[in-house]
Amino acid sequence: MELNFNSERPIFQQIAEGIEDSILSGVFPEESQIPSITEFSVQYKINPATALKGINLLVDEGMIYKKRGLGMFVAQGAMEALGKKRKAGFYEKFVASLVKEARRLGIGKEELDVMLEKGFSEGEKDKEGEVVL
Amino acid sequence: MSIQIENVSKGFGQVRALDGVSAVLEENKIYGLLGRNGAGKSTLLNIVTNRLFADSGQVLVDGQRVAENDDALSQIFLTSEKTYYPESMKVKDAFRWTRNFYPSFDEAFALRLAGSFQLNLNGKIRGLSTGYASIFKLVTALSVNTPYVLLDEPVLGLDANHRDLFYRVLLAKYGEKPFTVVLSTHLIEEVSSVLEDVVILKNGRVLCADSQENLLARGYAVSGTSSLVDSYIAGKEVLSVDSLGGLRTAYVLGKVEPGELPQGLELSRLNLQKLFIQLTNEEGEK
Repeated sequence: MELNFNSERPIFQQIAEGIEDSILSGVFPEESQIPSITEFSVQYKINPATALKGINLLVDEGMIYKKRGLGMFVAQGAMEALGKKRKAGFYEKFVASLVKEARRLGIGKEELDVMLEKGFSEGEKDKEGEVVL
Repeated sequence: MSIQIENVSKGFGQVRALDGVSAVLEENKIYGLLGRNGAGKSTLLNIVTNRLFADSGQVLVDGQRVAENDDALSQIFLTSEKTYYPESMKVKDAFRWTRNFYPSFDEAFALRLAGSFQLNLNGKIRGLSTGYASIFKLVTALSVNTPYVLLDEPVLGLDANHRDLFYRVLLAKYGEKPFTVVLSTHLIEEVSSVLEDVVILKNGRVLCADSQENLLARGYAVSGTSSLVDSYIAGKEVLSVDSLGGLRTAYVLGKVEPGELPQGLELSRLNLQKLFIQLTNEEGEK
């Protein structure tokens, strides 16, 4: 997980998304403990209040829960919930900006379809590559 | 529990170094004390610790006046440019000596930390390079365990590795047991992620004192073609405008309403350094 201090996105949001990514990729499995506020603060050299604000976003959404005196843990079912959440945001985050940039460059729908086709077939190759490895 | 700075003024001859400065430094928060050269940062810190005397106004620590009050002063530790140790004193002796003044000083921690920074314990303090003089002060400040720690230009002369180590140790200490930290510095970009609250001084006055979050929410930047930007900012409170060829960026105070921004304009957040530069520029520099 990397933070970009020059990004337009606030650091606390980047922290929340970084933890989400780690849950989705299995780095933080369900029911496992995540690092403490202090550990995040020291690792990324950020004020603990910022780290807390990011983690609280996930606590409010029920992805993370706190065990008093023990620390913070990934909730049961967080992976599925996150998958749904990311899917819901997929259009806004990727498709809308893809079409916007395509329009700017004069790439039409047909040309875009060809590229998507190519993207999917190369993605398949990558998958095969992974199996071989 | 807090440090209250009440209407403090201080002059040096004709120069009015501080002019009616009021601010509150609350317990267990990390502050940035920011200002350009000569804004009055060091003077203010020296008055807070009774090393300089205010012409008027007062400073209270947890409700007690600091002037000639050793009890109140023992709650605060200030590192500053000047080194007050005797000529021939060695680093390790200075640690021992510090414990006499600050009973909560953790000598074992200081020795360990000195090791992490490769600070020579047998070196004479007066003989330390700029970087190691800073390190010596930081090691002391991080080991002293007072409720208020004021750091004047803490990373002066430190290389990137040592600055990194300093911020990590500071945050680890703070995470373990919070205390009030005031970082007075020019290196805004570097410290901004560490700061919760910010006090900006300009020409001896408090320009603003707020949480960093609130401060950054006060404005935004828009960029686009000159004509689009110019028509958008007409009638708005504009801090400044940069032009690069046909591209124009305006720093605007206020909030953007969703959907208000015309097509073709890009919106970006201010960061602390940008905001600081815009707020503290003098006329001729714009």
